[in-house]
Amino acid sequence: MANSDNNRRKFMATTLQSVGLTALGGLLWSGYTDEVKASPLVLRPPGAIKEDDFLRACIKCGLCAEACQNRETNLDKETGLPKQGTLQMAKGGDHRLIGTPFFIPTEVPCYMCEDIPCVPVCPSGALDQLSVSNDKGELDINKASMGLAVVHKESCIAFWGIQCDACYRACPLLGEAITIEMHRNERTGKHTFMLPIVNDNACTGCGLCEQACVTEKPAIFVLPNETAKGKAGDHYVKGWDKKDQERVGDAKAIETTTERSNQSSADYLNSGDLY
Amino acid sequence: MNKIKYLLLRRATQVIILALYFGANAYGWKMLAGTFGSSLLMGFIPLADPYTTLQVLATGFVLGADVLLGALIITIFYMVVGGRAFCSWVCPINMVTDLANWLRRKLKLDKEEVNYKFLKRNTRYWIMVLGIIVSAVIGISAFEVLSPITIMQRGIIFGFGSGIAVVVAIFLFDLFGVKNGWCGHLCPLGASYSIIGKMSLIRVDHDHEACTNCMECKIVCPENHVLHMVNKESIQVTDGECTNCGRCIDVCGDDALNFSIRSFAKKRIDKN
Repeated sequence: MANSDNNRRKFMATTLQSVGLTALGGLLWSGYTDEVKASPLVLRPPGAIKEDDFLRACIKCGLCAEACQNRETNLDKETGLPKQGTLQMAKGGDHRLIGTPFFIPTEVPCYMCEDIPCVPVCPSGALDQLSVSNDKGELDINKASMGLAVVHKESCIAFWGIQCDACYRACPLLGEAITIEMHRNERTGKHTFMLPIVNDNACTGCGLCEQACVTEKPAIFVLPNETAKGKAGDHYVKGWDKKDQERVGDAKAIETTTERSNQSSADYLNSGDLY
Repeated sequence: MNKIKYLLLRRATQVIILALYFGANAYGWKMLAGTFGSSLLMGFIPLADPYTTLQVLATGFVLGADVLLGALIITIFYMVVGGRAFCSWVCPINMVTDLANWLRRKLKLDKEEVNYKFLKRNTRYWIMVLGIIVSAVIGISAFEVLSPITIMQRGIIFGFGSGIAVVVAIFLFDLFGVKNGWCGHLCPLGASYSIIGKMSLIRVDHDHEACTNCMECKIVCPENHVLHMVNKESIQVTDGECTNCGRCIDVCGDDALNFSIRSFAKKRIDKN
């Protein structure tokens, strides 16, 4: 009897120990995992779903990077060989979630192959073929949105008045994704500012402009969509645009909930001291 | 030669598989592309790792059919045929831990072994379950962020970076820390294949009459508790933790151990 009591106590103790150590491990593991996924400044392959979902979905197989590396079309015009692969698989030290595909435009930009070899091979759904297909269901790389090119005008020499259109000429959607806006240069009185302007609707985020930029550190660079883009919200609609006006229906009112602030706004209006 | 037959076969298999994966990226070969997480065999047969697949599903993402089908194919293969053979015939970490183990024996570190009582062989099952829970809570495949297996494999295919540190860490842990520490105590992937392969057809068979009780098999076996029948009775090794590596068969000088097909009879009738 005493023996079975002892056994039971021992069993309880070891079970408790296992559960406890598992909880400890779980805490450490969760903390580590949560940290390593925080790398917002990363450019994903074409067709990549929203970063948060991408991190869940990507099974880290590397089929996209291999397809990119060994593409059969979009060859280098001079050598007839595939250009260097764009997609890298994040390894230790890259400070991106290990094993996921990404690219760095200044190293190798996305050459926007028409057959998009990297996307159909994705087995997990992390790269969504529909998002880079047109209405007929054909692949259309121009629909890709890997990021958005942003110009830092203080370091862009075109904004200084020096003639440079390197990014404009490098753009695969020349005249669509980057347009040149002309202004009179009042300083000289006889020259023109030729300013590169990025158009969000057309820009795919391929990064050819960033690679082509002549400044020491590129003055035009691609940022992930979540980082580069603002959002007006549903309270601001274009009153002259019927379709845009429909968005106001989605708007959620934010109501003031404290007595004090209710009162103070009324007082403020009644005081007549509006200006 | 007979003493290392299965060892050589295993090394050859491991190296050929890695070479095919490497060639898929470097030269565009179509035989076996991708990585263990998900692969493409002959350019059209999907393969996927069941545990990795389970982690992704746990994050709440509805995976593509290719991965699900691939995971099913791999599960069925090891469940019916291979047992836990992935660990000893495919996994590249096996080469690292085998080297650590061999050095351990040569350096006589086994004799001085510190008894790591807190680390039990069933720890890996706790880690396996924990990996699924952490994946669900944090929203990314938890084991994949530190798995030395895929880090080593991707390292060979795409370049290591500082990821090599994980592989070295496993080597040091197995050499100076716990004997068979990684593969035999911690690895959740091995744990998953132990469960999947529990009922497989390929089994090591022990012949008690031929056995001379030299215990060579127990010295080399990375999971030597599975050889509990040695010098006791003539039965098959049915423990799911046996990796079917065949090392025990290699070192047995008495022909008392051999590969066989699982016998479903409860107990085999001895010859005499």
